[in-house]
Amino acid sequence: MARTAVSGRLTWRAATLAEARWETPTARTLVLDVPDWPGHLPGQHIDVRLTAEDGYRAQRSYSIASAWPHPEGRVELTIQRLDDGEVSPYLTDVVEPGEQIELRGPVGGWFVWRDKQPAPVLLVAGGSGVVPLMAMVRARATASARQPFRLLYSVRTPEDVLYADELRRRVRDDAGLDVHYVYTRKTPDGWPSPPKRIDVAALNTYGWPPDFEPDCYVCGPTTFVETAADILVALGHDPRRIRTERFGGTS
Amino acid sequence: MTNGTPLDGNAMAGDLREIFAVDVTAARYVCAGCTHADAVGTLLLWHQSPGLVARCPSCGDVVVTVVRAPDRVFLDLRGSVRLEVPLEGS
Ligand SMILES: Cc1cc2nc3c(=O)[nH]c(=O)nc-3n(C[C@H](O)[C@H](O)[C@H](O)COP(=O)(O)OP(=O)(O)OC[C@H]3O[C@@H](n4cnc5c(N)ncnc54)[C@H](O)[C@@H]3O)c2cc1C
Ligand SMILES: [Zn+2]
Repeated sequence: MARTAVSGRLTWRAATLAEARWETPTARTLVLDVPDWPGHLPGQHIDVRLTAEDGYRAQRSYSIASAWPHPEGRVELTIQRLDDGEVSPYLTDVVEPGEQIELRGPVGGWFVWRDKQPAPVLLVAGGSGVVPLMAMVRARATASARQPFRLLYSVRTPEDVLYADELRRRVRDDAGLDVHYVYTRKTPDGWPSPPKRIDVAALNTYGWPPDFEPDCYVCGPTTFVETAADILVALGHDPRRIRTERFGGTS
Repeated sequence: MTNGTPLDGNAMAGDLREIFAVDVTAARYVCAGCTHADAVGTLLLWHQSPGLVARCPSCGDVVVTVVRAPDRVFLDLRGSVRLEVPLEGS
């Protein structure tokens, strides 16, 4: 309609769940067909809205996991189930392929990585905070970009690692990509150190030195993001080069 | 949404894109309280149903509030002296 074209504002629309796959026992990737998807930048998110029969509505944000262009023109989200949550258990356990989901997006022009940014990139993920950072890793490969990427991924146990196989393959095949894990509850067999939270030593050892002036992206639960961003500043990184995406919640 | 812990201003992107034709989270604000300037995406966002309250990370003053009624949105920008909106890619 002409009116939509003139205003350029965003409205809700229906997407169809084309496919779903479990990434871990508690996290599922939803592959969506979204009519007329305009494309997106890695780091952007969408808003999902659920409406109950009595009209009650709940709205949540989910980062886009996939890069654009996507081989089937689709958009992928990865949802971590929170057992006491209102929206995430529906998206992991209830909605099935063929059904529709109401969403709007892509949105957010600030927590994004553009393949024209020349600086090396440090990605710091806590739990499901790896989702938008994975979109950046995938976009780097799609664009055949050369900026070196380091991903420091904090996760409870080895079983909770999202995209584990793909990360292993990319570390092997994508030159200039490093991944290091910090396990907070349980380590793999033979891991050299006991479980711990992300700390100065980990960011100092596996991040880039501040004088490389890397672009830093930090994403995860709010308290994780605040801790990691504070450490980066303390290590001498320019706060203006640190972008954060707080997912909410603690832990 | 969450109680107790803030999100980033970036989480307002969807609500603002229903009002504006451009992405406002990449715009720069200048805080009226302390003149700190940065991207709207860096504000600290608190949810107070039915509204959003975005505070300056430097001084804590309220920079933007968005309150929804069933048929309209109230946007209060009193805490920002200026918004600078990049038009690239819009
Ligand atoms: C910009 C943005 C992008 C996001 N992207 C993703 C994503 O890609 N994948 C994803 O799984 N989630 C993502 N989230 C989080 C998501 O929006 C929801 O907050 C999350 O799914 C919980 O919603 P819920 O309705 O299930 O739980 P709620 O009913 O909202 O909350 C249940 C309980 O969990 C706590 N809680 C809420 N959110 C979190 C959280 N993120 N971590 C830990 N505890 C929490 C609450 O305080 C509460 O105690 C994103 C959030 C933002 C702001
Ligand atoms: Zn201020």
